[in-house]
Amino acid sequence: MRRIGIDVGGTNTDAVVLDDGLVVHAIKTPTTPDVTTGILTALAGLADHPEAAGRTIDGVVIGTTHFVNAVVQRRNLTRVAAVRIGLPASASLPPFCDWPEDLAGLVCGEVFMLEGGHEYDGRPIVPFDEIGMRRAARRIRESGIRSVAVAAIFSPLDPSCEERAREILSEVCPDAAVTLSHDLGRIGLLERENAALLNAALIDLARATVAGFAAAIVASGITAPLYLTQNDGTVMQAGVATALPVMSFASGATNSMRGAAFLSGIADAMVIDVGGTTTDVGQLRRGFPREANSVVEVGGVRTLFRMPDLLSIGLGGGSIVEHDPPTVGPNSVGYRLTEDALVFGGDTLTATDIAVAAGITQIGNAEAVANLPSDLVRAALDAVHAKIEDAVDRMKTDARDLPLIAVGGGAFLVPERLAGISQVIRVPHGGCANAVGAAIAQVSGETDQVYRDLSRVEAIAAAEAQARERAVGAGADRTSLQTVDVEDIPLAYLPGNALRVRVRVAGDMISPQRHEGHGDP
Amino acid sequence: MREVALDDIEALAVGAWILGTGGGGSPYLGLLNMRRLYAEGRRVSLISPLDLVDEDWVAVVSNMGAPLVGQERLADSRNVARAVEIQQGLLGAEFRAVMSLEIGGGNGIQPLMAAAHLGVPVVDADTMGRAYPEAQMTSVAVGDLRPYPCVLYDPRGIEAVVTKAPSWKWMERVSRKICVELGSIASTCKAPRTGREVKDWGIHFTVTKAIGIGRRVREAQRRHEDPIAAILDEGRGKLLFRGKVVDVARRTTEGFLRGRTLIEGLDEDRGSGLEIAFQNEWVVAWRDRTPIAMSPDLICVLDTVSGEAFGTETIGYGRRVSVAVLPAPAVFLTAKGLEHVGPRAFGYDLDFRSVFDELA
Repeated sequence: MRRIGIDVGGTNTDAVVLDDGLVVHAIKTPTTPDVTTGILTALAGLADHPEAAGRTIDGVVIGTTHFVNAVVQRRNLTRVAAVRIGLPASASLPPFCDWPEDLAGLVCGEVFMLEGGHEYDGRPIVPFDEIGMRRAARRIRESGIRSVAVAAIFSPLDPSCEERAREILSEVCPDAAVTLSHDLGRIGLLERENAALLNAALIDLARATVAGFAAAIVASGITAPLYLTQNDGTVMQAGVATALPVMSFASGATNSMRGAAFLSGIADAMVIDVGGTTTDVGQLRRGFPREANSVVEVGGVRTLFRMPDLLSIGLGGGSIVEHDPPTVGPNSVGYRLTEDALVFGGDTLTATDIAVAAGITQIGNAEAVANLPSDLVRAALDAVHAKIEDAVDRMKTDARDLPLIAVGGGAFLVPERLAGISQVIRVPHGGCANAVGAAIAQVSGETDQVYRDLSRVEAIAAAEAQARERAVGAGADRTSLQTVDVEDIPLAYLPGNALRVRVRVAGDMISPQRHEGHGDP
Repeated sequence: MREVALDDIEALAVGAWILGTGGGGSPYLGLLNMRRLYAEGRRVSLISPLDLVDEDWVAVVSNMGAPLVGQERLADSRNVARAVEIQQGLLGAEFRAVMSLEIGGGNGIQPLMAAAHLGVPVVDADTMGRAYPEAQMTSVAVGDLRPYPCVLYDPRGIEAVVTKAPSWKWMERVSRKICVELGSIASTCKAPRTGREVKDWGIHFTVTKAIGIGRRVREAQRRHEDPIAAILDEGRGKLLFRGKVVDVARRTTEGFLRGRTLIEGLDEDRGSGLEIAFQNEWVVAWRDRTPIAMSPDLICVLDTVSGEAFGTETIGYGRRVSVAVLPAPAVFLTAKGLEHVGPRAFGYDLDFRSVFDELA
């Protein structure tokens, strides 16, 4: 099995070739505005390497921050028609009601609120207003809007209203892209609807970007299927990613943590990714990042995406060091590190200069920092270590000591000993951990449902079976499936021992020769 | 009487969630309704309970049901306003003001939602001073005031009235059944109270208290100061414990969320464990197996970093929490009050001992 992993970040495009579980070659190139050129350059660099050349590639997996950046920077967004199904409930809080005004102004095209939706126990609230839906579809066709987001009350429990809406839309305006909220989220109407609206707003960008990825792959002579990584460290086929771009929002950080797990061979550990400006700290459980369990805001919009629980602090190799009192960060020279830092002939004292002066790394010209006062070097290093120790301790949720895997270009700033840490682990290719994480991404399936009149064990088993089917449907090898997360919450006030169960399973991607649907994109 | 600013309501949402002591549902959806109503130009005023005339009628409102259902069917200000109108029709008299059944959680904002439509003020008081799971756990039930009639409204055009019930416990049982049939959510208007009753049995100035706590948390967040210290100062509370959640066990019995959460100590509490039992709300806390805090004292489990509250339905493994205790309303500290909301009312064979007695 030979796979290429690519991470398209804001600054760098990293790429690795992974051959039967070993990193054969890794390369870092600048990201280009058109994305495609940067990927082509990276792929050409990989192909040039003697050990990487001349063998069939089984798959290319790309992780990118492109979509989340578009929302944060309010660029390349598509105007959307919102369809809410649930009247007479929910009437006073229409779609977009909690969006920042500037973003709503760019995205909100038309809003339709229709009767329908379900109760928690599967009864309809009222019958779905299909005539109203048809009227809305005609209006959408006339308005020229070509992306529609549909959200119905309790659709994760019964998606039939949303599915019927899609049928009507495809009859009346067949060229409109339709996002259904139950494909994206859990219980929580506003947050799930927000995810659907964001997805619909990204649909054109997703088509163009994924087409660009595919073109780069083809241009470099690779015929393997293309996958994109999702927020949770698993992949989706490129065709699916074109329809569900929000699923890959936070994949960069996730890939970096998954890559750290892979490179170190450790599944339960703390991970610290030290970059140029910021450091991310998270925790791995069974090889996956622990997820945030609260509401996540993206570009000011509340969502319930599956995001890794990360603590970001303003510390990195480019962090600026102040003398009196000695502090490090949060200000950074960022991408100008190779011009501004003392060891590169600049005149700004950075964390990298301190590390070179202390002899813990060799970068640039060590002569340039030979005369730094040793007490300043000591104090600055202490400040760095204190920040790292505090961040790791804040994210650690295990009483026992855990290993800490240090990755990223600034990993040399992580000290060898930290409270609560059994061992600091450094790995080869740690600087490209994110691309490695993309290359090893798995396929997952998830369910989130309310069960009644079942024992807890029966309900979890039912949810697990459904999650496994979804994973296999998404291209996972059934024999490799593992349950990575189980959460059950009995529901207050509801009769019949109601239990909400969420299960997620993940497994290795089935080999292309055994998987019939590998023709994507 | 004073007008409530939108910024006060933003603070109320934070403070009410803290006074919810783990229950009552998040006030976020109520806050969204108020933002929209204020954007339309509507305004709400707050009236002191002491400014009511004895003969005034006050509507007591709450949203009843499962917070999870609320997350899907959302909260609509017109529904609670309609419940008040139905109650007014039964009463045959105008309401002078509306008041919350419980200040804690989402219901802390319900009377503002009704008031914005009805053009009457909100009384700066409630009947719990926090959140509690059952209808008999109120100051007006401790006062043996009349428990009926109770109006339940559903926007499909369903209007239900429990015209009479012999006790608060019967009212709880019967109205709960109706609520479940409506989808486990209903806008309710409880038995009307007179101005005299609110003055004698209401828990006073709790809206102001919730706004004050929320304001201090938001200020501390902005200034990067310790929000927990601000809550303790504003609420005259005591820090019970700091730690990390290491286990949460939940089960549903008789329609309630019951369970225990275990917190492992950090900082000064390292080496100790705190266990808290809950029935929708946090009820009793044991430090290393010794009971150290219990209802009616308010046990508040807070995010150590943000100061915001955790609900018993949403708290998760690994959360870093500070457990604060705020003083109970005086009405619950009497022998009669403790019968309604003391540890034995929740099935714990303990004599109530306040955290604040130890300080005296």
